[in-house]
This record gives sequence, structure tokens and C-alpha cells, in this order.
Amino acid sequence: MSDFVSGFWNIYVVGIVLVSIIGCGVFLWSQSTARHVEGETTGHVWDEDLQEYSNPLPSWWRWLFYITIVFSLFYLAMYPGLGTYKGQFNWSSSGQYDGEMKKAEEQYGPIFKKFQSQEIRTVAANSEAKEMGQRLFLTYCSQCHGSDAKGGKGFPNLADNDWLFGGTADQIKETILKGRDAMMPAKGVKPDLNGDQIKDLASYVRSLSGLANDSIRAQRGKELFAAACGACHGPEGKGTVGVAPNLADKVWLYGSSEETIIETISKGRTNRMPAFGEFLGDAKVHLLTAYVYGLGGGVKDAPVAAPVEAPAAVPAEAAPAEKK
Amino acid sequence: MQSQATYNYKVVRQFAVMTVIWGIVGMLVGVIIAAQLVWPELNVHEFLSYGRLRPLHTNAVIFAFGGCALFATSYFAVQRTSHAPLFAPGLAAFTFWGWQLIIVSAALSLPLGITSGKEYAELEWPIDILITLVWVSYAVVFFGTIIKRTVSHIYVANWFFGGFILTVAVLHLVNSAAIPVTLFKSYSAYAGVQDAMVQWWYGHNAVGFFLTAGFLGMMYYFVPKQAGRPVYSYRLSVVHFWALIFTYMWAGPHHLHYTALPDWTQSVGMLFSLILLAPSWGGMINGIMTLSGAWHKLRDDPILKFMITSLSFYGMSTFEGPMMSIKTVNALSHYTDWTVGHVHSGALGWVAMISIGSIYYLLPRLFGKPEMASKKLIEAHFWIATIGIVLYIASMWIAGVMQGLMWRATNLDGTLTYSFVESVKATYPFWTIRLLGGLLFLSGMLIMAYNMFLTIAGGKAVDAPVLAPAAAH
Repeated sequence: MSDFVSGFWNIYVVGIVLVSIIGCGVFLWSQSTARHVEGETTGHVWDEDLQEYSNPLPSWWRWLFYITIVFSLFYLAMYPGLGTYKGQFNWSSSGQYDGEMKKAEEQYGPIFKKFQSQEIRTVAANSEAKEMGQRLFLTYCSQCHGSDAKGGKGFPNLADNDWLFGGTADQIKETILKGRDAMMPAKGVKPDLNGDQIKDLASYVRSLSGLANDSIRAQRGKELFAAACGACHGPEGKGTVGVAPNLADKVWLYGSSEETIIETISKGRTNRMPAFGEFLGDAKVHLLTAYVYGLGGGVKDAPVAAPVEAPAAVPAEAAPAEKK
Repeated sequence: MQSQATYNYKVVRQFAVMTVIWGIVGMLVGVIIAAQLVWPELNVHEFLSYGRLRPLHTNAVIFAFGGCALFATSYFAVQRTSHAPLFAPGLAAFTFWGWQLIIVSAALSLPLGITSGKEYAELEWPIDILITLVWVSYAVVFFGTIIKRTVSHIYVANWFFGGFILTVAVLHLVNSAAIPVTLFKSYSAYAGVQDAMVQWWYGHNAVGFFLTAGFLGMMYYFVPKQAGRPVYSYRLSVVHFWALIFTYMWAGPHHLHYTALPDWTQSVGMLFSLILLAPSWGGMINGIMTLSGAWHKLRDDPILKFMITSLSFYGMSTFEGPMMSIKTVNALSHYTDWTVGHVHSGALGWVAMISIGSIYYLLPRLFGKPEMASKKLIEAHFWIATIGIVLYIASMWIAGVMQGLMWRATNLDGTLTYSFVESVKATYPFWTIRLLGGLLFLSGMLIMAYNMFLTIAGGKAVDAPVLAPAAAH
């Protein structure tokens, strides 16, 4: 154990714990033999009528006290408590955790491994795997993406066919295993944008997906867009998977109101999907990938292009990327 | 003899009245946050959101309601059992106004989101400094009065009040040590698991000294007074006093079971929590047994009913506490509403009930009345409060055990049977019952306030003359 910077602290802890517990017992013993006269008061009077009987300690209470002291000494012999002494049972919380995890792996591991070697599309079509995937999803993913996987502000919808980092089986799995970091810098690549220009940009961005906008502002915004945003979002604002979101569709991660878009441009956005690979292991991530893939979005737009309903279709590599 | 001198009742009156007022405020905030759990749409504004109001509730009931009750009763008891008026009356007045200023600062800063983030010690550093000043003044007034006493022995209630005042000073100074960054923001002087350990050393001793030792002091004065009987056993009070204040100091780690805190620290915390059972029960026995031979008084004395019921809840929650500190039990109970039920069985059942009983004892004596304006209203208050507590803690027990079992339930493939939100959904009925329990308890406080105003309205402030000590037998 590395809890102590020097051997002194170990001795100190052992000493002070033992002295304190045994001291309680000695104190109790000394007080139970002290002089008392049952039914009589001590003779002291305060505030007219406050007095105290000289009754002895109730013996059942005394024994209760002794039992807790004896139990504590026994417990300290068996479990860690006296500094670096490990106890006769050699128990530790990390040891218990490792043991339980090992047992669970032995018991449940094969159930998950059974699917690990199968193609994602095959797993996604398996109803047992889908149920297991859903349970994993509800435990580990629903806090952010929602029980129905439809997400919320700042948390992507996984049930549609819009993918920030790609919707192929491999891309989804990579997202879950390694996590994703996304960062839109404030004001794109033009840090000198002023408030009026940002408003122009917001009008233009809204115009891309046919939302109501100020056409004069949008016209001005179009030129600014090419300079400030085009490098990532593309000249037409259609984005690139893994680089920047498509601004020309109807999907909005943070909201499409002018106010929200102005906020996004002015302050930028930072977001992160945490990595689950180390925590859940490949077998569970494989099931989760299949579950997310099977929610709907993974089927239509994925370059693998093989519909779940027809798993025997073209090999993934041969499928041409479908354009929306 | 000091026949002309009177006890300083002014500061006692002030604190006694504010106990009732702050009790209503603190419990009202509790009812609001209980309602927010049932109807989340009641989080109407960030200032009034659950996360801001919850620390306001805990601070208001512990430090405003409980604190005022402790000031009132300790100032009353220490004068009368020392047979001397309060030492440094100017400082005593400062403790009243200073404490009220602290409460108002808390009520403003916490909804604004100004917090140090330490549970039960959320107030930022300028308020912490004011707390220190008030507390040191409190200690000077209290111990000054003890020193001035005209009897040789120090009455048992004062041991507990004294232990509470000294320890809370130490707890506050150590736990609130922080590095200020701005006027409204500071960072803890400790980091990581050490910070957690200091926090829960403080947190559990806030329970042990603020909410237990102080109120035991209250019990040792007002129960024998109201019952008209001597304390059951002097020897028991000696043993349980020293054992209680010694062992409480060690119990904090049970708040950090199965965390990064080293195993040995967790074990030691659990064992001292178990050893704490007997010292805690010593206080309950001494209180309840004081009534032996006078049980009939319970029939028609609602104030005594409050006191004896509070001791029963004290015994119950100090049994429950050691049980919950056992690691295996804690693995089920921790982070569930069981903890919330446990805390309220202590806070409503023990702390509030003994305070209410003591304040009912005090008010007529402070305002020159033979008794409270309406005994029937005290009786009604007692039953409404008791039913409220029972609803509260029973619903939280069921909710807590249910949550603990739902969180650990697994399917045949080892996945969790219930997602977290399903356990939230299953808790709604119990949160609703809890809200009802809280509402009942709050209603009782409103009845008390009405009774208090009736009593004060017809009376006038009286300061009783200082009594000469009785001659020794």
C-alpha cells in the first residue's frame, strides 16, 4: 500500500486506532465500577429543581457497548484497518472489484463474444442481439442520447440518417470505441468578424436550408461565408463527414433560431463523445454498434449500402457511396 | 445576594422567536424542492432551481432554525444553571444580529449560485469569516457565563453545549480553509481524496456536534424541567458524553465507502460508527428514563410528548446510522433516498421535535405568561408533525430500498435490468407521499407561529431575577 509517505504514519495509525478502541473499553470498565447509590440523587441542585440520580449504568447498555468494541477488534484482525496490515481475510475493495469483474466475465463474456465475430449487419438483424444492445444503450448511452436515441440539444440524434462522423458500421464502432472530439472555433477562420457581419452570416446559414431570412443580409453573408466558414463547411455549406456538419439540411445540433446560430458563430462550439472502448470492451461495443446501426440511419446512407433486410448483398468495399 | 440582578432574556427571546420564523422559511424551501422532484416544471428560474434551493434548504433548517434554537436554549440554560446572568451581554447581542446577517447572506448568495460547493458548508469565504467572528463571540459569552457561575458543579446540559460550541469552531475553521480568488469565489485548501475526507469529517461532525451534542444539551435541560424529575443517571451522562464526543470524530469515512479513500480509513470509519451506537443510546436512555415514575404526565402534556417522541426518533436514527455505516448495507443504501429518510428521521424527528418542545417551554416564561396561549394547538401541532414525519421517512425508506434494488438488478446476460430513469419514474409516488409529509410538518410550524403570536400578544417581555444557588444537601 502506498498510502503512507513513511513507515512512521503506519505505526501512528495502528497505535492511535488500537489505543482509541481499547481506551473506550477501559473507560467504560472504570466508570461501571465507580461509586453509585441507586435511587438517590448526587446531591447537586441547579436552577431550583434540576437534579441527577446516582443510578448505575444499565447493564444491557454496558454489554452492548462492550460487544461493539470486541467486534471492532475482531474486524480489525480480519480486514484492512490497522495501517498497512492487510487483515487475515486479505480483503481489499479493489480485489473484490477485480474478482467480481472476473466472475462476470466468465459468466457473461461468452454471451457477448458469440456476436463479436459476426458482421455488424448480421448482428443488427438478430433480435436477441438487438435486445441486449438496447439494454446496453439504456445503461450507457441514454443519459445523453435519450432512451429513444433521438438526442437533444448538443447530443446528436442517432436514429436519423445524418452522421457527423460517418454512419458506416466501422465509423460508428470507431466513434464508440475511441470517442470523438469536435470543436468549431469562434468566428470560423475570421476572428475579426463584427456583430453585424455575424448577423449577415446567420441569415445566410438559415437561407441554406430554406429557413426565413433577411435576403439582403443573406446576400452579404454569402461572401463572408466563403471566407470565414467555407474551409470546413464547404463552399455550399454542405459540410464534410468528420470535419464539419452539413448546414444545408434540416438537422440542427444546437438549434436553428437566428439567436442560436449567432451564438454558435460568436462563441464557437466544443463537444465531446467519450471513449467507451477501454471501459466496455470490444464485444459490448460491437453489440452497441449494431444496435445504433440498426436504428435506421446506419442503413440508408452508409457507403456499405447493404440493407439489413438483404444481408447477402454486395460486399461492403464494392458498394458505391450513395449521394443524398 | 444579587436580588436586583436579572437573567438576560432579551437575546433568548430574539433567538426563540427567530427559531420559529426560520423554521417556517427553511421548511417551506424544503417543501418547494420536494415539489420540484414531483413536478420538475416548477424549476421556473435558475435562482429558484432545485440545485440552488437545496443548499438553501439545508442551510436554513440546520443553521437558521437549528442554530437559533441552540442559541436560545443554551443562553437560557447556561444562565439559569450557572445562577449568573450572561457574560458580555454586548457580545451576546452581536451573536444575534451577526447570526441573522449570516442567514440573510445565505438566503441571497445561494440562489444566486455563489457557493464553495462543499455540502453543508456552501457559504463563500466572506460569510465564513463572519461565522467565525460570531462563533468566537458565542464561545466567549457561553464559557464566560460558566466561569462566572455561582455553583461549584457544571450542569450536564452545559457539557454538551460547551462541547458543541468548541467542536463546531474547529470543524468550521478546518473545513472552510480556502484560497479566495474573488469576493464571491474561493477554492478549497485541500485537493482530491483529502478534500473529500476533510469535507466528510466536517459533514458527519456537523451531524454529531451541531445536530446531536447541542440538542442533547437542550434535552438535558428541558426534559427534566418539563417532566419535573431528576436526570436518570449521572454516571450514564458522564460515560455517554465522553464516549460520544470522542467517537463521533472518527465516523466521517462512512460517507466515502467504496470510493478512492483507502480501505483502512473506510474500515476505521465504519467501526467507530458502530461503537457510536451505545454512546448515542446513552442519551436516549437518560432522557426517556428521566420520565420513569411520571409516565402519566405524557397523557395531557403535549410539550412532553414532543420531547419524548424526539428521543424515540433519536434512538431510532442512531440505530439506523451505525447499521447504514456497515459496508454491505451501505452498498445498498448509499446514494438512494434511504439516506434522505435517515437524515430526516434525525432532523425532523429528533432535532426539530426537541427544539419545538423546548421553545414551547421557553415562550411563556420569556413573555410573562403562565403557559402557551393554546394547549390544544400544541396538541394539534404534535399530531400533525408526527404523522408528517412518519409519512416522510416511511416513503423514503421504501423509495431508497427500491432504488438500491433496482440499480443492482441484472438480466441473465449481466446487463442492468433497469435504466436509471426507470428508477426515477418508479420513485414518483414516494416523492409525492414525502411532499405530503413535509407539508404536514410545515403546517405544524405555522400553527406554532400562530400560537406564539397569540402568546406574545397578551404578554410583555420579562427578565426573571437571578436565583441564589440551593444549599447543598
